[in-house]
This record gives sequence, structure tokens and C-alpha cells, in this order.
Amino acid sequence: MISLRVKIDEASCEGHGRCYALAPALFEPDEIGNASVLGDGIVPAGEEDRARRAVANCPEHAIAIDAST
Amino acid sequence: MTTDHPPVEDWAVDFDHTDERYAANPFPIWDEIRSSACPIARTERYGGAWLPTRHADVSAIAYDTDHFSSRSILMSAVRPPLEAAPMGIAPPISSDPPFHGGARRVLLPAFSPQAVGKLEASTRAYCDELIDAMRGREVVDAATDYAQNIPVRVIATMLGFPLGDDDRFREFVVEVIEGVDLPPEARMDSMGALYEYLRAQIEDHTAHPRDDLTSFLLNAEIDGEQLGFEHVGRTIALLLLAGIDTTWSAIGASLFHLASTPGDRERLVAEPELVPTAVEELLRAYAPVTMARLVTEDIDFNGCPMKAEDWVLLPFPAANRDPEFLADADEVVIDREVNRHSAFGLGIHRCAGSHLARMELRVALEAWLDAFPTFTLADAHGVRWSGGQVRGPRRLPIAIG
Repeated sequence: MISLRVKIDEASCEGHGRCYALAPALFEPDEIGNASVLGDGIVPAGEEDRARRAVANCPEHAIAIDAST
Repeated sequence: MTTDHPPVEDWAVDFDHTDERYAANPFPIWDEIRSSACPIARTERYGGAWLPTRHADVSAIAYDTDHFSSRSILMSAVRPPLEAAPMGIAPPISSDPPFHGGARRVLLPAFSPQAVGKLEASTRAYCDELIDAMRGREVVDAATDYAQNIPVRVIATMLGFPLGDDDRFREFVVEVIEGVDLPPEARMDSMGALYEYLRAQIEDHTAHPRDDLTSFLLNAEIDGEQLGFEHVGRTIALLLLAGIDTTWSAIGASLFHLASTPGDRERLVAEPELVPTAVEELLRAYAPVTMARLVTEDIDFNGCPMKAEDWVLLPFPAANRDPEFLADADEVVIDREVNRHSAFGLGIHRCAGSHLARMELRVALEAWLDAFPTFTLADAHGVRWSGGQVRGPRRLPIAIG
């Protein structure tokens, strides 16, 4: 089965926090406000739209979304 | 007294960000420059400066910290001496790598979303207090009766400074940030007064440590070494100056928009869950902050012969309204779903207080909409916008109904 997986490029993330505001089930802030992916980044059913919005709103283009088997 | 600035006649080759027309309505000016043959304007004022207007140029310069230094981020006739680097006048915003990294890292935990969350209840209570004081009046000045007070109180509380000194903070902010066209001596005087005030507060915290941001900074270490008095003082100056004028502007501009756009106001009253999305759109469309950089060495940037020590303004509000960056960039769409705005900058200098600013803006709007669901602009001609690098309403007459 194919599912979506989100990934953050840590070198590009500057802690704007758009992703964890838009998709709190997928991302969380660390102690300085930079984002990290929760768990393995696999997007659960029902979270696909929020995942895509997080990707599309990152000012630094730091989030990627890929199909994962 | 201000230095003499003749009115601008040609924005492409003689721009001036303190010109009254730029303060009142910069959007057509940016549009004109952006759509011209050279989308980067030039001026010989301030000893030479450039004004990019396309998102692609603004972001490329923000990312290129080798050629564009943050040694000073406020453009004026005065360039700080080269020895001011790497710390600059207000670290970490005025610092370049590698010094910048440590100075920023030490500050960020105090402004993380988790830390900011703890300040929300007291911020809401303070907004309600300001609102209660306005009830019963027909017309209020939303800029000075409301927006301005919120960030002053929040940052003074965080720093553990006397709350009764609110008026002095406001004076410092106006003199330092909005006084860029003052003669050099007057600017040095206003900076001196600010540092004198901060010295007394820091000395008091050194003698009597407490659980606040000032004591936190005095105890903080970079690579095992304490920051030192000068670094702490300059960082606090940054928090006061950068935290107040900017957030005040964002709250005021958002209230201006809602007061003059009844459809958007009604929608947010009916759908309060939309406020966080609207906040991002209002931040995009009315981004208050333009940063400045100093060119480090002669460079040809997209056909512009930039010289070492030239200023470059980074108008994030112009970048946010670039039609190449975003479709219908000129429209305010309060439920806009794709909004990669850079109101808080781009790259390593992303506003350290952005999470705090967002919280203050959202809470300020929620409290206001709860209290005054039918507010309108009382006098469109009575609105006054600040000029320079932080744009927001400084007078905003609103009928609260």
C-alpha cells in the first residue's frame, strides 16, 4: 500500500512554525521552535490535506512530501 | 528637527523610505518599481542605497549573508563602524555568522511556541483590560488606546521591567526606529538614553536575580562563557525596540483592514476559527517590517553595480505582494490556504519573536472582535501611517459601535 511521508530538511528549517500550526499531528516544535517530524513521518489517513498545506506554506521550502511504499 | 529630505520625484533613482507618500501608501510605488525595466531602485540618499521589490531578489539577498551584512539593519545616514561586527548594535539581529548562531540559539528558547503559550492567558487578560477602559466611548484611537499597549506590556513583563515605565519604552521606540532621519548627534543621544535606562535595569537584576528574561540572559552562556553586560544590554534593546513597534504595527494594520472591510470583519465574527488563517494573510498583506543590509564588497547583483558599504533595503511587504510570487497578491483573501509569506523574514534572521508576535496579534484580534463585533473606520482621512522601516497605523480612529 502506498502512503505519503513528510520529511523536513533540517538545514533549511528556520523555525517559522507554519507546519506544526497547520498539521500538529505530523510536526512538533523543538525547544528553539524548529520543526521536527512526529514518528516516522507517515501521513495517517485523513491528514493528507493538512500535510499538503504544511508543505505549501513553509516560507523556506523546507518540507518535502513523497509517496512511500 | 529632521534633516532636509526633498520630496521624491523619481522613485527608480532617488527613492526615500521616509517620504510621506511611501508611508501613506507604498504599494503603488513598489508595483511601479517592480514592473519597470529595473526592479531594483537606487538612491544616492543615505550615502547610497538599493531597494529590491521582487520576491526572488529580496529572498536571494536575505540568504546571501556573505555579501549582505546585518552590521546595521536600520538604514540611516550613519553606518556603524566596521568594528561593530560581529555583534552589532542589537545581537543577534545585527550579527553575522558565525557569531550570530550562538547569540540566536541562546535567545530562542525564551520565544519558543511552548514558552509563548504560557503568556497567552495574561495577554488576553490585558487586552480585555484595555477594552474595558474603552467601553462607552463612540470613537477610540485603536493605535494608541489598544494596539500599541499590548506588546509594551508583554515584553516589559517578560523582561521583569517596571510596568510603570511603559511610556518611556514607547519614547525609546519612536526615537530610535522612527528617528532615522534625525541628525547623527540626535540619534546618538536617543541611543544613549536607552542604554542608560537599560544599564540601571540590568544592574538591578544583577544585584537581585529573579525568574525573568533579563536574569535568564545574564545567566546564559555561549560555549561556556556568559554573554557579558554589553551583549545582554544590546539584546534587551533589540527585544524592546524590535518587539514593540512591529507588533503594534501588525495589530493596528489588521484592525485597519477589518474596520475598512466589513465583509472580512463579519466573516471573522461568524467564524472565529478562521482567525489564525486570517492572521497569516494580514501579516502577508500588511507585513510591517523592512530590514536593511550593508554590502560587504563590490558585487554585481542582477545587473546592479552594488558597492561595498551601500545599503540594501529588504522590503518583505513588497516581496509578499509580488504577483510572480503569489497569484492575486494585491488582494487580501482572509481564508487564503497557500501563503508562503515572509513577514518574519527569510533565512537565518527569521524574526526570533515571531511566535510571540503571532500570539499577540491573534489574541488582540480575538478579544477585539468579541468586544466590538461591528466596529468601523470613523475617519478614513484621520489614519496616519508610520514611515521608514516599520509601517503601521500611528493614528487609527475607529467607531466601536
